[in-house]
Amino acid sequence: MSFFSTALLVVRKDLLVESRSREVVYTALLFAMSCMLVFAFGLVKEGQVVTDAAAAILWITIAFAGTLALGRVFDRERQNETLRALLLAPASRASIYVGKFLGVFALLVMVELVVVPLVALMFGARLFRHPWLMIGLLAAGSIGYAAVGTLFAAMLARSRSRGALLPVLLYPITVPVIIGGVRGTAALLGPEADLAVARAWLMMLVSFDAVFVTLSLWTFEPAMTD
Amino acid sequence: MQRTFPLLVLMCIALFGYAPFLIAGAPYESTMGLVQKIFYFHVPSAIAMFLSAFVCGIASAIFLFQRKPGADRVAVSAAELTVLLGLIVLVTGPLWARKAWGVWWQWDARLTSSLVMWLVFQAYLLLRRFGGPGSDKLSAAVALFGAALVPFVYWSVNMWRTLHPTTNVVPSLPPPMMGPFLWCMVAFLALYGVLLAVRVALEERRARLDTLYLALED
Repeated sequence: MSFFSTALLVVRKDLLVESRSREVVYTALLFAMSCMLVFAFGLVKEGQVVTDAAAAILWITIAFAGTLALGRVFDRERQNETLRALLLAPASRASIYVGKFLGVFALLVMVELVVVPLVALMFGARLFRHPWLMIGLLAAGSIGYAAVGTLFAAMLARSRSRGALLPVLLYPITVPVIIGGVRGTAALLGPEADLAVARAWLMMLVSFDAVFVTLSLWTFEPAMTD
Repeated sequence: MQRTFPLLVLMCIALFGYAPFLIAGAPYESTMGLVQKIFYFHVPSAIAMFLSAFVCGIASAIFLFQRKPGADRVAVSAAELTVLLGLIVLVTGPLWARKAWGVWWQWDARLTSSLVMWLVFQAYLLLRRFGGPGSDKLSAAVALFGAALVPFVYWSVNMWRTLHPTTNVVPSLPPPMMGPFLWCMVAFLALYGVLLAVRVALEERRARLDTLYLALED
């Protein structure tokens, strides 16, 4: 079986399981909304949103909800004892990684589909003024975050204290992606959208994606082999 | 190793013992004055930290792909030293910044990225201690990502406009400042070498002790 058909099978399986229970999507979405609620108290002063706060709220919410989803995606594999079966399958480890990564990416996109309009609505952020750049930033940010997140969540799946360790590992490593997303989005949100700055941050995000995806693909196989 | 070790320690003591005299003798920088002398410890410890992160990353890659337990022992030792040197950098930096910029901390690219790199290696150590079985390979992957951040931290000052001086400062030092700087550079690199050798030797003894215990139980 070719590399991509294996990866697609893994994504299909994950999305099918998810579409039956919808557990991760619902939890992540509800969590994202509670997250926004908490930020609203810290970052809104006398009815006015603090400058650039909308960009920060958007990306931190996505990152937090993403961590929750990542933990659950691999908890499910562990609870059903399917992680070992998946790794024993006669397929390359890298294709399994790509499948899992695409599944996590799809979950992040689902969360973003709800969170982006909500942030635009509730914090008065003009997120849809330059839709293509915004989509580019969101896609590049999610790819980088999902690439690193999938790698570490998979490796931590067998560890005892994974719930505490995943955020500790994930946030420092993915912080360049979050910074790129926040600064790029903030450049688009000002009274005068600064397209050059937003494009520069998008390029930055794409180069980080390249580094992160390469490193993850490279380390997944030896790290998941006993 | 055991015979050359006291010699190396003596060399380090001599290097660090004479460094304050050299630093005191170096000329004052025209705008910052006395506080600029932190530079002679701040920059060498930062460069040693970068070196240590690279050592940790390369050793981790060797451990991941060739399964050499010796490489893992080097990686653990280098990760600990990266955190230690990072602590020196992050203490001397704000001390200098308070006088030069008027603030202890500034969220600019260099400072933020250094802090991030330091946190990644802290996470490495945390994982080593609390990760349970299999955490050696997991932490090796963390170290690869940490080492990948080094070029980013190094060039961050040239890519963005930051308060932190750029990497052009060191090559353009006037000769009376260059001498003490190079002396401190050698001192920190020698200290790093000695500490790494001691730490690796300790790990090797631990590993040998473990195999002896296992042999005793069989």
